[in-house]
Amino acid sequence: MDVRVSGVRKEFDRFPALHDVSLDINSGELIALLGPSGSGKTTLLRLIAGLETPTEGKVFFGDEDASLKSVQERNVGFVFQHYALFRHMTVIDNVGFGLKVRPGSSRPSKDEIRRRSSELLDFVQLSGLEKRYPAQLSGGQRQRVALARAMAIEPRVLLLDEPFGALDAKVRKELRRWLREIHDKTKHTTVFVTHDQDEALELADRVVVMSQGRIEQIGTPDEVYDRPNSPFVYSFIGESSSIGVQIKNGELRLDGQALSISSDRPDGEALLYFRPHDVDLIEDSNGGIAGTVVASRRVGATRRIELRIAGVTDHVEIEIPADHPATETSRIAFRPKHWRVFPKS
Amino acid sequence: MTLGFTLAYLALIVLIPLTGLVLRSASLGFPGFWHVATDPRTVNALRISFGTSLIAAVINVIFGVIVAWVLVRYRFPGRRIVDAIVDLPFALPTAVAGIALTALYSRNGWIGRWLDLIGIKVAFTPIGITIALIFIGLPFVVRTVQPVMEEIRKEVEEAAATLGANRFQTITRVLLPGLQPAILTGFALAFARAVGEYGSVIFIAGNLPYVSEIAPLLIVIRLEEFDYAGATAIATIMLLISFFMLFVINLIQAWSRRRYGYGA
Repeated sequence: MDVRVSGVRKEFDRFPALHDVSLDINSGELIALLGPSGSGKTTLLRLIAGLETPTEGKVFFGDEDASLKSVQERNVGFVFQHYALFRHMTVIDNVGFGLKVRPGSSRPSKDEIRRRSSELLDFVQLSGLEKRYPAQLSGGQRQRVALARAMAIEPRVLLLDEPFGALDAKVRKELRRWLREIHDKTKHTTVFVTHDQDEALELADRVVVMSQGRIEQIGTPDEVYDRPNSPFVYSFIGESSSIGVQIKNGELRLDGQALSISSDRPDGEALLYFRPHDVDLIEDSNGGIAGTVVASRRVGATRRIELRIAGVTDHVEIEIPADHPATETSRIAFRPKHWRVFPKS
Repeated sequence: MTLGFTLAYLALIVLIPLTGLVLRSASLGFPGFWHVATDPRTVNALRISFGTSLIAAVINVIFGVIVAWVLVRYRFPGRRIVDAIVDLPFALPTAVAGIALTALYSRNGWIGRWLDLIGIKVAFTPIGITIALIFIGLPFVVRTVQPVMEEIRKEVEEAAATLGANRFQTITRVLLPGLQPAILTGFALAFARAVGEYGSVIFIAGNLPYVSEIAPLLIVIRLEEFDYAGATAIATIMLLISFFMLFVINLIQAWSRRRYGYGA
């Protein structure tokens, strides 16, 4: 089912949580809403579910205006960060709940509900735990039950709010891979919210990066990582360093020196963004950025150094090979391999 | 060490006085005890005491749960004041409550006169007793259910809604079953308190033998007649019935705790 969010604005007590957000989700897609807390990603998810109503704008499921429908009628599968399982029901009763509360005409028979519920439990690899209560399960198992429960109603969209947020790192990685497999098998249109960029980049077909109630960028993991379209996305996803530069005649200058990096932006102050690990070290400083090493620390397979560069207030971080001979106070020059120039705000 | 301390303390505070009670009534001998137990006045007093307490506890469960729900889920001006008022029956001397209720519900009281018009007599009848018992029992239900309710995440209701459950289904199938252990505890406390209540009831009850005389009052009457054995015999019967009922409630509690692995 395609989902289309069109010009949605949401205010809580006059405090804006979302400003004019539009988003097209294709049928069968796995989409991540990624952003820091307070970016409005959970609000957007809850608006799609119908757990919040937009102050302005509409949500479409296919061609149908879902904004006119209640949560119950929208038929969405929602998975909460803290599972929200019914703790007085067994695992299998939890999974069957959505079918049991259907009105008589569309409710499957008891046996049918039981059959479908155990099938789903089998699917989420929890067969054998039917009779347990949620309190007797681990966090990872509970979240699987929650997912099975959401899928039992044959939802038109599957919405997951920080589904792995309450789990420890190891389980989180396991479930991440597992969710991808489930999605590849079922092809449910799925939207999940996360503040973990690794999770978003590894799992999603497309990533929606949000900040302060606005969508900053929508793109495949490669696109948002390799071609961030704003300083926010550049610094939020992956490591980044930035240097204040001047543009003159379409060329970047730092402290009066030309950097042999061209830009089609108009003359004036600008910010040069690049990845600290994505730089070439060069021998002579001509056309590169040269600085003095002020700090150096080993990070995994590489060494990260901080450089003091003439004409730049803050220290700039780059990564160099662990066996590079540079020590504190030595001079190093580099040139970013990939970069983007943004106007200084 | 701690177990020894607990047992010693329990014996000192609870068991020894109760044993004294049973021993004292045993001085009647079984025929004497049986005579007291089957005396119509005793039987009626016990029936009134346990009957009105049961009704009051049931009513308190229904409205106590509603009051707790409103306090937990709604934010309205004066909520803290209402929250504090719930505790008043705990703090108020019961005699004060009894006198106030009698003034309200007697035939020329603020409420009693209107009820009198439609032919309902409250003061000096079992209805009056029940009202007094509802008054003193309410905080027990509210205060046991409230903290458990606060732990129910809004998400659980939202989950039920996304799965297609309407409001009624959410309440009956999701919320209430989860609250059941706490509600049962509240019921047991309100009931136990009502059975033992004396001060607030005797003013509104009118204390007509066979009609509106509660068992604790009959005990006091026997004491005033220096019939200590008779008084302790009635007390022993009350003790046995109360113990049996609380024991059953406890069994249900333990069973549901085992099932759900949580509860009050």
